[in-house]
Amino acid sequence: MAKTFPIGGVHPSDNKQWSKSSAIETMELPDVVNIPLSQHIGTPATAIVKKGDKVVVGQKIAEATGFMSANIHAPISGTVTAVDLQPNGQGIRQMMITIKREDDVWDEAIDRSETLVTECNLEPKAIVEKIKDAGIVGMGGATFPTHVKLSIPEGKRAEILIINGVECEPYLTSDYRTMLERGEQLIVGTRILMRAIGVTNAVIGVEANKPDAVKHLQAIVGAATDIKVQMLKTQYPQGGEKQLIAAVTGRQVPAPPALPIDVGAVVCNASTAVAVYEAVQKNKPLIERVVTVTGAAVPSPKNLLTRFGTPVEALIAKCGGLAEGDVKVINGGPMMGRALSNIAMPVMKGCSGITIMVGSATVRGVESACIKCAKCVEACPMGLEPYLLSKQARKRAWDAMEANDITSCIECGCCQFTCPANIPLLDYVRLGKQTVMGIIRARNMKK
Amino acid sequence: MTTLIYTILTLCIIGVVAAVVLYFIAQKFKVEEDPRIDETEKMLPGANCGGCGFPGCRGLATALVESDDISALYCSVGGEECMGKIAQYLGKAAPKKEPQVATVRCGGSCEKRPKTNSYNGSSSCAIASALYAGETGCAYGCLGYGDCVEACAFDAIHINPETGLAEVDADKCTACGACVKACPKGIIELRKRWPKNRAIYVSCVSKDKGAVTMKACKAGCIGCRKCEKVCEFGAITVENNVAFIDSTKCRLCRKCVGECPTGAIRMIGLQPLVKKEEVKEEK
Repeated sequence: MAKTFPIGGVHPSDNKQWSKSSAIETMELPDVVNIPLSQHIGTPATAIVKKGDKVVVGQKIAEATGFMSANIHAPISGTVTAVDLQPNGQGIRQMMITIKREDDVWDEAIDRSETLVTECNLEPKAIVEKIKDAGIVGMGGATFPTHVKLSIPEGKRAEILIINGVECEPYLTSDYRTMLERGEQLIVGTRILMRAIGVTNAVIGVEANKPDAVKHLQAIVGAATDIKVQMLKTQYPQGGEKQLIAAVTGRQVPAPPALPIDVGAVVCNASTAVAVYEAVQKNKPLIERVVTVTGAAVPSPKNLLTRFGTPVEALIAKCGGLAEGDVKVINGGPMMGRALSNIAMPVMKGCSGITIMVGSATVRGVESACIKCAKCVEACPMGLEPYLLSKQARKRAWDAMEANDITSCIECGCCQFTCPANIPLLDYVRLGKQTVMGIIRARNMKK
Repeated sequence: MTTLIYTILTLCIIGVVAAVVLYFIAQKFKVEEDPRIDETEKMLPGANCGGCGFPGCRGLATALVESDDISALYCSVGGEECMGKIAQYLGKAAPKKEPQVATVRCGGSCEKRPKTNSYNGSSSCAIASALYAGETGCAYGCLGYGDCVEACAFDAIHINPETGLAEVDADKCTACGACVKACPKGIIELRKRWPKNRAIYVSCVSKDKGAVTMKACKAGCIGCRKCEKVCEFGAITVENNVAFIDSTKCRLCRKCVGECPTGAIRMIGLQPLVKKEEVKEEK
């Protein structure tokens, strides 16, 4: 019996069939890229190039502002044509660096050979420093700066490293293809991460709908006992950080502000582990990632190795273009993703996939009254009461929401998925969470 | 029959005993309160809108009675008349405040501001604005889902179905500021109320550069500074690519209205200014 998290969860149809068998293809280099300065959680990076500067691939173009931030590197070589406000995927204007491509010249320090370098004798601190320099952030979608995760606070100790290869989000297959095609790098990356946080055992969690990935990784690990490949039940949100820790170790991460490290766990995404390998062993900063472009009406769904800054519309065109009529383009998968109002949005560090919905799938069902069936309560993997929280958010009862642990919400969307009355539970819960977090921050500032 | 009598008698006795006990308890634990608070509360409009910053009219009444200087306390719903009466009753100097009215500073109606996408989420401005810029190319304009309508306790603000914008009914508006707080885009402003509800204001808050604003909306302020130059009273300032008319300095001379190339400066209850050259030609 495959392991799973203890409460809640839903079973959406995984719809990975369209893109799971297409091998990773390299996307053509874009002529112009827009690189947002905020591609991660935390403070936006500070641009260190200006209009007219020449850059090469892998050159640092923006520097982390403080600890909770990440460096950004040029994904293409060419001339910086602007550092200005540009609309992001949500139509909101953000600072972006625009680079016009000239050729494909790489920074000389980057090792572009295919040879696998397994040996790593760096000190843990040096590894974290290299990861920080490379601007690596969590590539599962939350984009939490990896170096922050690996800097274990004093008085706390990491006991286990968990590599998140679950990819529980329906439709997406970028992590799956990465595990299959770049498994060797992933395992080396895992060992580097283990060294960085000083643990001797790691678990790679993979959902049961990817048995070939489990087999493949197991074969690479072979007889070694430091890394265990653990098959987990196919259940959403198995890949949620807290759910994964609970499934693998049986430990519950307490309510915020507690972090996984409080139960001795550090969780990194599978693609992040590969990026760590490239950064530490090959000096290659984070400049590209695998993006799944999929959906029922996509003519040829693909997994594309894409340089950051490539517009999403170019990826869609590569996969056969958009269908006629109503279309919903989602950055990410259908559960956690966000619909785009601007498909010129550049691909960013956290962009694991583009899901395209057509026809009736683009619109929500008609909302009706809550019948108190408690399906949302049953589905919530954090043990919250979404129907109650959403009501309190509508009434703006923020203090009551705080008392009901709104800050524990992981915004997985199980409640809204399961609601038979089509109530936009998550919309209101998220509004409440944002407001309550703001109130808590303001309160802490006063202290 | 006897059972019935006994029951009635027992209940009556319990009632009398309880009343006596409660009377003495009420006397013992009586809360002494200034009777003027009750009187003042009666004089206030009783809207309980929270516009004064206190939780309800009683909160303001208590503050009015207890503080010596009431110049900072004001009920915009009751206005000058109401505050004058209260001040006279309490024997304090009446607080003065210019009458105000809520103004929606967005002119991007459906025809001026074409849709670029369609929203299918919850019908709430707060949620929509947390998710993305909006259904049009303008990230600053009115979303039209009516959070302000919901917040208004006086039925003074409505979404016009033709323009898709919020509109204030100036006669009903009490300037309590509930809509100002409810608007996630910060479009609504409390401005000076002129007689006959006349007004001149910039109906745009877009901080985008002129070219960007113009592409998204035909009625947006492009920050060209023409109005700033023509204003004789220094009432207009252009900052962050958007003009702002200070309603306390504006004299309703209407010169800026004719200058605005996009028509972002709106005029209510006033006739357009006839330019001098045109007058000569007519002669």
